[in-house]
Amino acid sequence: MAENVVPRVRVPRDASAGEAVSVRTLISHPMESGQRRGSDGNTIPRSIINRFTCEFNGELVIDVTIEPAVSTNPYFQFDATVNETGTFAFTWYDDDGSVYTESADITVA
Amino acid sequence: MTRKALLGGVSAAVFAVAAAGVGLADIRTGDSLVINGEIQIVTEAEPPAHLEGALSTLYSGWVFRTDETRAMQADDFDNPGMLYVEQGIDAFNTVMGSEGNSCASCHENPESLANVRPSYPQWDEAHGTVQTVEMQVQECQTERMGMEQPYGYDSQQMRNMVALIASVARGQTVDVAIDGPAAEAWELGREIYYTQYGQMELSCAQCHEQNYGNLIRADHLSQGQINGFPTYRLKNANIVSVHNRFRGCIRDTRGEPFSVGSPEFVALELYVASRGNGLTVEGPAVRN
Repeated sequence: MAENVVPRVRVPRDASAGEAVSVRTLISHPMESGQRRGSDGNTIPRSIINRFTCEFNGELVIDVTIEPAVSTNPYFQFDATVNETGTFAFTWYDDDGSVYTESADITVA
Repeated sequence: MTRKALLGGVSAAVFAVAAAGVGLADIRTGDSLVINGEIQIVTEAEPPAHLEGALSTLYSGWVFRTDETRAMQADDFDNPGMLYVEQGIDAFNTVMGSEGNSCASCHENPESLANVRPSYPQWDEAHGTVQTVEMQVQECQTERMGMEQPYGYDSQQMRNMVALIASVARGQTVDVAIDGPAAEAWELGREIYYTQYGQMELSCAQCHEQNYGNLIRADHLSQGQINGFPTYRLKNANIVSVHNRFRGCIRDTRGEPFSVGSPEFVALELYVASRGNGLTVEGPAVRN
């Protein structure tokens, strides 16, 4: 069970219709690869965020499969074209079954 | 314990690398760093009086880094060091010790400690010694909060707390006192700085005073300024304390380092901090 897992997102508050806005996301997570050994010689079990998705008003924007090679505190930045006022919904899926969500509103003038 | 070179002091350092010189050809100077579009950071400054003849300009370690690493520090969302500052804020507001106090009980908010980082290490009259921020935190915890076991000097919790104390001071000019009762420790720190350690017989000065800007393997040597500590190091994926960095440097000379929190490292921290008098606090900075 990963501790101190906190999702964070940064999305502009306003945009004009059809504009590509920059979306930045970060989740604090140790991303234990499952390939390291502890001081007792035993393998430290894998514990990573294995999937990240972003939806805008119910429409899928990005769906990422994350593998063990991704570093601690995964950071994703991408551009999304917005045509209407709405809400970005972000979801991170943890190996331990936990699901972390965050959302951000954007107003299109 | 410590392997000191037979040749001590300034003279040894001067002739050992007489052929070397600073190399700023690969380094782009003159850029400015503004954090979150509001905190002005001084990355190049006039050296303090005691460095006359040693350095012509002070450069923050930021100057020696790549564009990508520089950019990470310009925005708190992109700076992974701020994750640890957030944990520091949580600890700041958490009651610890038998007295039922949190840091916030006395200090109200972290911003009230904004004048701490720029002036530390500093002489502590009550204890008759030079104290670092870490030692000050431990003093609060044991003497005022009633904790039997304060944060370890280089523990994650301590680094988080010191990163928080540094983050609220960003943009303030480093100004540690080197005269008065602190002078003795400062002299010790200077002696350590110019002493060649280890099988490689390297002093701090040979890399960071006489060869900054040149390559050491694939990396550019900086001036070894500590205004950005605790620093988020990409290679560690964590924040790193000043003493941890000192230990790493002496280890790389194949010497046996002083221990973290030792009087020698406190003295060296005071001296190295004074070499940055005129730069601004950047912690948590981002470095490789």
